[in-house]
Amino acid sequence: LIARPVMPAPNADTAPFWDGCKQGVFLLQRCSVCTTFRHPPSPICPECLSAENEWLQATGLGTVYTFVIVREALRRGWEELVPYVVAVIDLDEGPKFVTNVVNIEPDLVTIGMRGKIVFPPMDDSSMLPLFAP
Amino acid sequence: VKEGLSGRYAIVGVGESDVGRRLGRTDLALHLEAATRALADAGIEKKSIDGLMTRPTMAEPQFNYSASLAARLGIQPTYITDVAMSGASSVAMVLNAVAALEAGFCTAVLCINGDVQTRDGRSRGGLTSIVEDFEKPFGMLGAPVTYGLPARRHMHEYGTTSRQFGEVAVACRMHASLNPNAVYRTPITIDDHQRSRMVVDPFRLLDICPRTDGAGAVIVTSAERARELAQAPVYLLGLGEFNTHADVQYAPSMTSVAMRRASERAYAMAKLHPRDIDVAELYDCFTSVVISTLEDYGFCAKGEGGSFVENGRIRLGGELPVNTGGGLLSQAHASGFLHITEAATQMRGQAGDRQVIGAETAIVSGQCGALGINACMIIGKHAN
Repeated sequence: LIARPVMPAPNADTAPFWDGCKQGVFLLQRCSVCTTFRHPPSPICPECLSAENEWLQATGLGTVYTFVIVREALRRGWEELVPYVVAVIDLDEGPKFVTNVVNIEPDLVTIGMRGKIVFPPMDDSSMLPLFAP
Repeated sequence: VKEGLSGRYAIVGVGESDVGRRLGRTDLALHLEAATRALADAGIEKKSIDGLMTRPTMAEPQFNYSASLAARLGIQPTYITDVAMSGASSVAMVLNAVAALEAGFCTAVLCINGDVQTRDGRSRGGLTSIVEDFEKPFGMLGAPVTYGLPARRHMHEYGTTSRQFGEVAVACRMHASLNPNAVYRTPITIDDHQRSRMVVDPFRLLDICPRTDGAGAVIVTSAERARELAQAPVYLLGLGEFNTHADVQYAPSMTSVAMRRASERAYAMAKLHPRDIDVAELYDCFTSVVISTLEDYGFCAKGEGGSFVENGRIRLGGELPVNTGGGLLSQAHASGFLHITEAATQMRGQAGDRQVIGAETAIVSGQCGALGINACMIIGKHAN
């Protein structure tokens, strides 16, 4: 796949997630006290406010909750990537996750479609968690 | 200052984050540590916090930062503000907290300030945030994507159509054609809308407000003083704010959103109902937002916004003229301020060719955070 013009700049809160991606592992943060999964990463649990947390390997399974098809490049550097699908995935663990739906024609994507997080080979060997039906 | 204000409000909880140099922690982590310590110190439940004020930090500036902090704390406040006044912001937060409490916009305010000033390596700079790391690499690049996600969801849940989006674009353009101070004044048809190219599906070009230059201003004073000045007063009857989320992709619902409870608060203050409203100026960065707002503002049931905008109902001469100046879609963006100036102009009866005859009340929506942050205002020709 074509590499992305923008890549994450991990910080102290998000590094575990992106370190997992480098290994091709999809991790989610979970509160150690009330066991609620959360995303995006945060220093405290939005349910119980505890700072105790752990990173667990997620199933990567989920359902397309909604999506758009970007048909025109919205920024310079994205011309070769259009059209692409930006979707919100309802992860089986609970949190929602934004990613691209790949391995399918954009016009065939539907709300409710099941799939799984994958780490397809990118042409700059970066590792991004994408969603495939 | 109002008589009796002195001593009426109090600080009930204090919290400090750990301090140091090169702590290696994020601004967000320090803010949340101070906040949770203040909550614990006060012995107050987080659900009692209905006001939040903070300042986006220099190193990791972020749009709608107060809403983002509310999301991280798992609360939905009725009053939030980003106080961007540098060194004065801390005391200014408390000053503004008192104003909001006195008005009754909220009952307990959490004020948070501070930042990370020492770090190894360069700061990120620019307008970036950790949230954006979970957007930009995936091509979630700006508002058409952010607002397209709830728009598609609305279509899925309620059968709303692109032609119905088009009705909003056509109404705004018709009204702009009658407004000498509008950028886009050539009338369009539904067919023009349907023929405009798909930019971010489901949004066509004519669903998206264009980039424009412009600004607005108003002066607010007491009703007594207003009556001594040059123009007929336009009375502030109702004000309400609500915040359900900072980032729509993580919102509990994408279709039942901040506008509902913001407008409920404004209607309650004004002691008015949707049926009492003559003109609606609704934030319209995208056509779909107007449809959601009409539902949440009580002009029709949830899910019926699409059919509500059909048959000229929101055009001049219709049952509820919407965005009579042309809105963001056709007049100018100005962060929605021209919705306020237009509503006031309508109340004064000075809107010329686009005057809604006999209009005595108007409702105005200020919206951001992809439907998560809403400020609602009801104004009128007469004081209640």
